[in-house]
Amino acid sequence: MAYLSGANMTGGYGDADILHDCTIGVERGEIAVVVGPNGAGKSTAMKAVFGMLPLREGAVMLDGEDITALMPQERVFKGMGFVPQTQNVFPGLSVLENLEMGAFIRDDDISETLEQVFQLFPILAEKAEQPAGELSGGQRQQVAVARALMTRPKVLMLDEPTAGVSPIVMDELFDRIIEVARTGIAILMVEQNAKQALSIADKGFVLVQGQNRYTDTGAALLADNDVRKAFLGG
Amino acid sequence: MTDILNAFVLLANFVLIPGLAYGSQLALGALGVTMVYSVLRFSNFAHGELMSFGAMFCVLITWGLQSAGISIAPLPTALLALPAAILLTIALALITDKLVFSYYRHQRSETVTYLIVSVGVMFFIGGLIRFIIGPDDRVFADGERFLLKARTFKDATGLSEGLAIKTSQGVTIMLAFMVVAALFWFLNRTKTGKSMRAYSDNEDLALLSGINPERVVMITWMITGALAALAGTLYGLDKSYKPFTYLSLLLPIFASAIVGGVGSPVGAIAGGYVIAFSELLVTFAYKKVISYLTFEQVVPEGLVQLLSTDYKIAVSFVILLIVLLIKPTGLFSGKTI
Repeated sequence: MAYLSGANMTGGYGDADILHDCTIGVERGEIAVVVGPNGAGKSTAMKAVFGMLPLREGAVMLDGEDITALMPQERVFKGMGFVPQTQNVFPGLSVLENLEMGAFIRDDDISETLEQVFQLFPILAEKAEQPAGELSGGQRQQVAVARALMTRPKVLMLDEPTAGVSPIVMDELFDRIIEVARTGIAILMVEQNAKQALSIADKGFVLVQGQNRYTDTGAALLADNDVRKAFLGG
Repeated sequence: MTDILNAFVLLANFVLIPGLAYGSQLALGALGVTMVYSVLRFSNFAHGELMSFGAMFCVLITWGLQSAGISIAPLPTALLALPAAILLTIALALITDKLVFSYYRHQRSETVTYLIVSVGVMFFIGGLIRFIIGPDDRVFADGERFLLKARTFKDATGLSEGLAIKTSQGVTIMLAFMVVAALFWFLNRTKTGKSMRAYSDNEDLALLSGINPERVVMITWMITGALAALAGTLYGLDKSYKPFTYLSLLLPIFASAIVGGVGSPVGAIAGGYVIAFSELLVTFAYKKVISYLTFEQVVPEGLVQLLSTDYKIAVSFVILLIVLLIKPTGLFSGKTI
């Protein structure tokens, strides 16, 4: 059983299920990537793991503990961080205030974590006093990831962190994500840029219509001819 | 030269000082409306009655203190009664939230539903007030009436125009300044204040950050209740307490909040002064000012008053229309509604 896993998840928003017996998970210090065509239920699977979608069947386990019934906020206290795809910063608050709000549940000194985050994303230290809403798309994504890191999570879940940013910024973000994983944090992310994402992934999940189609290491999926033809554009 | 000074003193006496006091009262009222709008996301029409409720208890407690012979002269006794009135208003705000608004919050109701519900709460509180104190005019101001008397000013300066500052005006401006400074310090410097701004900015992300929405809502109502009781009391102290006036005060207050930019605290304050000064400037009779500044021959016969004071309330409407047509987000770019 993986460190974080959503196993055999079935559920959806209304009567119709979006996920059908879908399983995703990640180990500590590793990067797991969920890819697949539009409407495959990638983001839905992430939401289910974070407790934002009611499950009819299946279970979400964190470090051997069943957390299926917990509210999203309670999962934050358990050491999970989530970066939504859109509206993932507080636009009216300064960058520093965004980070402080990320650490809202902590009562101890956050200056050390702040320093680590600024080391990881130097541009944020420069723009600390600027409202997050005035930053560029790539910088805003850095704020979003940094905000989630402020709780010192054990698991970081990213929903399309590179959506709408330039290829250069995308490469940089991926580099940062690898660095975060090296500190021992488990990273589970959904990516539209499947090729690049799988190339940094320890594990990959290919979803189609809410079901697992292929599950393997990132490298193996990249090498698989069927996967390449169907999902990676040849 | 003295003529120019006389003209200036005349304007200061009838426009500047009353405008600052009235503007501060509107600003405090608009701040309350803004707090509810930005955190709870609805226009609270019950805010005028909430102000009236606070003022009413201030009147009752002041009477009690007066009959007990307690006074803090030269300051009005009402200031002594204010903390208790604030606590009672906060209690009412929390009770209405618990009994009424929280139900709609858990239902995730539409904004317009909230609005109609708040109209219901408005009528209820209005009825409660008339039940307790009745609809009549109540005077509760005491202590020294003037900080600066017109005669004293004339004697000191030798000008023919006098400048008077009422104690209630001085108290209003001072208290408004202190409370606004404290509120901004709270919102921008404390963790709780920042979490309220965060919640207002992005509710979902606030939840993901572990911010407790029920606590944010509770603190919002506490601040709103305190602001309402303060604004209501200061207005009553300045003019006299009459339950009916607080209903008609709702329009300039909402106009202030919208003109400044809905959801922006700085905008609410700016809006309050814009509305107050517009009302006074449009209804002021300029004849005397013109006679000071020009020759006798060109002074017109009429009062040179742009609008009769009876139409004062229309000024807020017109400014509201102009702002909504030209800059719908308001002076300080709040949310568009």
